[in-house]
Amino acid sequence: MMSTIDLTLKIWRQKNSDALGDFETYILRDISTDMSFLEMIDVLNEQLTREGKEPVAFDHDCREGICGACGAVVDGVAHGPDLETTLCQLHMRKFKSGDTIVIEPFRSIAFPIKKDLLVDRSALDRIIQAGGFVSVNTGGTVDGNSIPVSTETAELAMDAASCIGCGACVASCPNGAAMLFTGAKIAQLSLLPQGHPERKERARSMVTQMDKEGFGYCSNEKECELACPKGISIRNIARMNREFLKSFLLGE
Amino acid sequence: MELNSRIPSGPLAEKWDSHRFQSKLVNPANRRKFRVIVVGTGLAGASAAATLAELGYKVDAFCLHDSPRRAHSIAAQGGINAAKNYQNDGDSVFRLFYDTIKGGDFRAREANVYRLAQVSTEIIDQCVAQGVPFAREYGGTLANRSFGGAQVSRTFYARGQTGQQLLLGAYSALSRQINSGGVTMYNRREMMDVVVVDGKARGVVVRNMISGAIESYSADAVLLCTGGYGNAYFLSTNAMASNVTAAWRACRRGAAFANPSFVQIHPTCIPVHGDYQSKLTLMSESLRNDGRVWVPKNKDDTRPPAQIPEEDRDYYLESKYPSFGNLVPRDVASRNAKEQCDQGKGVGSTGLAVYLDFGDAIKRDGEDVILRKYGNLFQMYEKITDSDPMVEPMMIYPAVHYTMGGLWVDYNLMTTIPGLFALGECNFSDHGANRLGASALMQGLADGYFVISTSIGHYFGSERINPVTNADAAFKEVENEVNERMQKLLQNSSGGPSGKVTVDDVHKELGRLLWDNCGMARNRQDLELALEELPKIKDKFWNSVYVPGAADDINQSIEKAGRVADFIEFGEFMIRDALAREESCGCHLREESQTEENEALRDDDKYSHVSVWEYKGDDQPPEMHKEHLVFENVTPSQRSYK
Repeated sequence: MMSTIDLTLKIWRQKNSDALGDFETYILRDISTDMSFLEMIDVLNEQLTREGKEPVAFDHDCREGICGACGAVVDGVAHGPDLETTLCQLHMRKFKSGDTIVIEPFRSIAFPIKKDLLVDRSALDRIIQAGGFVSVNTGGTVDGNSIPVSTETAELAMDAASCIGCGACVASCPNGAAMLFTGAKIAQLSLLPQGHPERKERARSMVTQMDKEGFGYCSNEKECELACPKGISIRNIARMNREFLKSFLLGE
Repeated sequence: MELNSRIPSGPLAEKWDSHRFQSKLVNPANRRKFRVIVVGTGLAGASAAATLAELGYKVDAFCLHDSPRRAHSIAAQGGINAAKNYQNDGDSVFRLFYDTIKGGDFRAREANVYRLAQVSTEIIDQCVAQGVPFAREYGGTLANRSFGGAQVSRTFYARGQTGQQLLLGAYSALSRQINSGGVTMYNRREMMDVVVVDGKARGVVVRNMISGAIESYSADAVLLCTGGYGNAYFLSTNAMASNVTAAWRACRRGAAFANPSFVQIHPTCIPVHGDYQSKLTLMSESLRNDGRVWVPKNKDDTRPPAQIPEEDRDYYLESKYPSFGNLVPRDVASRNAKEQCDQGKGVGSTGLAVYLDFGDAIKRDGEDVILRKYGNLFQMYEKITDSDPMVEPMMIYPAVHYTMGGLWVDYNLMTTIPGLFALGECNFSDHGANRLGASALMQGLADGYFVISTSIGHYFGSERINPVTNADAAFKEVENEVNERMQKLLQNSSGGPSGKVTVDDVHKELGRLLWDNCGMARNRQDLELALEELPKIKDKFWNSVYVPGAADDINQSIEKAGRVADFIEFGEFMIRDALAREESCGCHLREESQTEENEALRDDDKYSHVSVWEYKGDDQPPEMHKEHLVFENVTPSQRSYK
């Protein structure tokens, strides 16, 4: 049988980037425990709409845990209490009736709040634009099987490539670092032979861009790894640091 | 309306080559003088934008997300087909072509599908070169699996996240072009209309979703890469923001819409479990490679699955279709699941589900092997349902997934508006009446990486395109219309919400109407009823929908309202199309047209055509035109998977 719970929500409301924000309290009743967290917010938003109030703005899209659009800090934890889970895949059976849930946006100096829980994460795009690619034009590529990759390497590269770019690593880092995000892309492309020709340049440009955007540095708190919905390992940060250092030590 | 499919002459295998040779080219130094607008940055859009910028064209790309990496292509799980024949199991370009034509129930164009099969191999090479981490064999070569209905192993994959990895590959190519200035990227912009000047598509009007401002952009050609319209049904596997607005607005401006009723209902989705549900989640059909589908033999058998012994289980796909078994195409699998549930043999709390059982596969291959193949899918299933597929069988039910219908395009992917192209799921071209698994990624990337560059070159090389700017009257006129529409969406907002309905209320009503009457099985009576009911939903929307907030602000309610208004208008096209096609083909089962064994019965004499619908105004029904399909290389046969 489906069970239902009653909740108190404290949600960050902020009109726009310039306005001051604050928590507002809402009461929700009869929330099915089979609901996802975002469906619970849908219910709240329908309720607010029917009361003539403005619904809570939040980014979301695929609701399958893969697009990386959703994300909020729930009771102090990015994407909430469930390990390796995006907010859309968090289900209400993880909560108890009578719980008070505090929901606020991902906070970072590099992620300006646009409205309520909706933030601007385009800084992450600019890090990729700085070098998170292999410079190959369409057409004229060699047969796929002429670039052998061991299963082990392919698996490690895939582990790193699973990053969904949600920004939870930044939001959970006490320094607001984007090193898990950046490290994952650098690691993927330095593991695979296709990425080798540009690895020095890539490490330097991506790290430089990361600094420019105002992200902080890693001090081995490991909060990012814990918050990452895809379980991306901080070994990728070590790999990035090695790539970055090597790009200077080994010369041109 | 003139429909010229511009299929090149000559033998099938030489058409694409000779077409490329006969197409006009643009001198590399002149390309920078042409500007192309790309709407949408999924597989088709991101690959097209990157490729055209690499060639030297100026590209303006638009997406409605906060980042171009979020399009719903990212959620495709299973894989991408290519006729590489790496497994030496008898695959070839012709076989992929044949399977795709047959899978589409002989309702697609031979020439387009053959080209798709030809470029499929280049797509894999391209993606590997970008650093897409495809699965590998121990020797380091690319791994393949067989997928939904194919008897050869031609599907390339990256765990259960193939769409994600291919999209991130295209996104990385796009990012490189943004970095070098070839592409100007506009995030959080939703296309509201296309601007046609002197009969040619010359730009778009978009809404800035942060400021609410209505903005105009002009160009020499416009590419719509805006995906499918499955969300017309409210519940579907599509992402929440997936919508028909761009395609529908283009249709209202003169781009004909082909086969709007061709909607793929995917057989393996997590069943519906509550009214609050916002979307349905697909479980990759690669699961059918190892999972066995069954229901209890007896109606109303409520025992838990583990307590139902072998002799009381009906593995209905295996018994009915011995040669394909659990791997029959999607439409066949979906229809059979519905049939079992209609007979009262469905399982789960709603009775609208069948089992997908991994018990035998786990016994045969071991837990490790099964977990390595499907671990992330099982994890996802468990998160949503709180049940572990390693311990008890999954429950699945069909859900709206992919739309084969789309804007009508010629061989160049150009719509009936010159200069307006449609790529990927947004067009109708390659999948006929049913798409095979792992073919959507292939088509999106084929269009974006390999087809559109030839078409754009030819269009610019052969058409005279006069200078136009976004300050021209045509743009101002469309901007005004868009502003008026935004105000109209807010017309019921004064006086508060009491006595009014929300956008979701109306959307759910539309969804139920379409699902019940224009879903997995259709008949004249239901469709005619739906046609009568639809205007009532439209009236309800415009007379009583309450949209909170303002137009000049971040307002997710007004975004939704605009999309639902367009789904309602477009719904009429879907219903009329289903009504006009009095045969069964692929996804489209007309109950009046079945064999004695209740299999879909095609009528090639009357319906071997693409139904192409022309918008004639809000007060008039659309006009249907036909593009007759000619089969010179395959003989349409009644599909049989027995």
